[in-house]
Amino acid sequence: MASSKRKMTRRTAMQEIARGAGAACLGGFSLAALVRSASHADARALRPPGALPEPDFLAACVRCGLCVQACPYDTLSLAEWGAEAAVGTPFFTPRQEPCYMCRDVPCARACPTGALDREIPSIRDADMGVAVLVGHEDCLNYKGMNCSICVRVCPIRGDAITLEPGEVDGRKIMIPTVHSRHCTGCGTCEKHCVTGHASIRVLPRDLGLGGPGRNRAGRPA
Amino acid sequence: MIGPLISESRRLSLGKRGWLRSHKWWLLRRFSQITLLGLFMLGPWAGIWIVRGNFAASDIAGLVVLADPYIVVQGIFGGAIHAWPVLSGAAVITLAYLVLGGRAYCGWVCPVNIVTDTAFWLREKTGLTRDRKLDRRSRLVILAGTLFASALTGAVAWEFVNPVSLLQRALISGIGFGWSIILAVFLLDLFVSRRAWCSHLCPVGAFYGLIGRGALVRVSATRRSACTDCGACFNICPEPHVIVPALKGRGSPLILSGDCQNCGGCIDACPVDVFQISTRRPWLQTGAAE
Ligand code: SF4
Ligand code: SF4
Ligand code: SF4
Ligand code: SF4
Repeated sequence: MASSKRKMTRRTAMQEIARGAGAACLGGFSLAALVRSASHADARALRPPGALPEPDFLAACVRCGLCVQACPYDTLSLAEWGAEAAVGTPFFTPRQEPCYMCRDVPCARACPTGALDREIPSIRDADMGVAVLVGHEDCLNYKGMNCSICVRVCPIRGDAITLEPGEVDGRKIMIPTVHSRHCTGCGTCEKHCVTGHASIRVLPRDLGLGGPGRNRAGRPA
Repeated sequence: MIGPLISESRRLSLGKRGWLRSHKWWLLRRFSQITLLGLFMLGPWAGIWIVRGNFAASDIAGLVVLADPYIVVQGIFGGAIHAWPVLSGAAVITLAYLVLGGRAYCGWVCPVNIVTDTAFWLREKTGLTRDRKLDRRSRLVILAGTLFASALTGAVAWEFVNPVSLLQRALISGIGFGWSIILAVFLLDLFVSRRAWCSHLCPVGAFYGLIGRGALVRVSATRRSACTDCGACFNICPEPHVIVPALKGRGSPLILSGDCQNCGGCIDACPVDVFQISTRRPWLQTGAAE
């Protein structure tokens, strides 16, 4: 009698555990689906300097805002729901406030988790994104004028961005040309572009660059 | 004047022991919760930087880093390799709650506690009695789910919805949209079920509850022989089940369950001073040990 009772309680305990595990899996999958759909919206988010690649960043960052508070400008903020970055994570919108490329990179040094590289040697090693001239039709230099604001405001002009001569409809023009190896993605050019929406914009590297070429067999050239 | 505002469960104690003694631990808790939030808000709102960061991780006067172990653990499940400061910060906080009782976080730190306590109080005052039964172990299941989801997505999964983070961030950084989820928790606690969020669903509380299972600081029903069965402690307690073995059992009078928030509600509410704050002393082989 007693042993059968014990068997019963053991069986119900097993059932309980199985039920709990099932529910945990189901809940886990639903939460994971939500996290994934939310993270897809982040493809355009620009992170502070020294940030880990996006997937690693989302695991390491605890959303503490120490980087935001360390920035002497109003550049960084923690994302709200519906912002372009995962809720609670730090990002910036260069058209509003670019990164001023502080020499000592206080934001990255303040990060306790390593989501930002605390040992980043110089702000010039930062890789927040890459500037891309997206609005050829509106860019004043393409129309033959000599605006060149983007080039003149770039903190590392000459390296990150230069004017290269070109020709459109037989007219000589000076094309603002970004050199992705040096551009940090600080967004100063985007901030100051005079066209309605910026004609030059900072994009995360995987969106902004074409990637290395491939040969006809589809292998990397 | 404030008479009608006072919760029923404190009335007996109020009559016998006066206002202050029937609200002492409640006052201390609110003081602690508001002071901690205030310290974090001083920087961004008043430019006085004593502490930086928020409840997820903070820098205390440039001396120590503190960090929330639950968020760090989710990160680890997500495959993060953390830098040293956040790991040591999480270890310090874990140690503190190993001593103080894990869910002291709930009673003494978490700002959502003020929201859900208010909902509980309003239930009583408005006579709302609807109480959909929830299993209090749901939170352990949700906790496991958040760790699983972190592993699946490689992200700190619960932070995408965590009302605790949303509320403290809304207050510290002054941002708006998270309020909707706080409102949802408030309405859930008000209309759906008694203490629905904190005592049944919140995985943060569940996590700290696990840490606090062997905690040293514990409430004790020391004078349980004086108990008059008035029920005041059961009414005020967010986790009434923890009281039963200590008050009605024959073993240790200490409230041993990790679910206890060390909030001192029972000490406030008891008209005959049955309860007091005490400590578990595993190193002494007295009856008070487990
Ligand atoms: S480098 Fe300076 S301006 Fe740029 S985000 Fe960091 S702290 Fe702000
Ligand atoms: S300091 Fe680091 S962990 Fe904190 S919000 Fe910024 S990136 Fe995330
Ligand atoms: S984002 Fe623009 S301003 Fe900044 S480094 Fe690149 S080209 Fe220069
Ligand atoms: S159970 Fe959760 S929401 Fe409630 S007080 Fe504890 S941590 Fe805060």
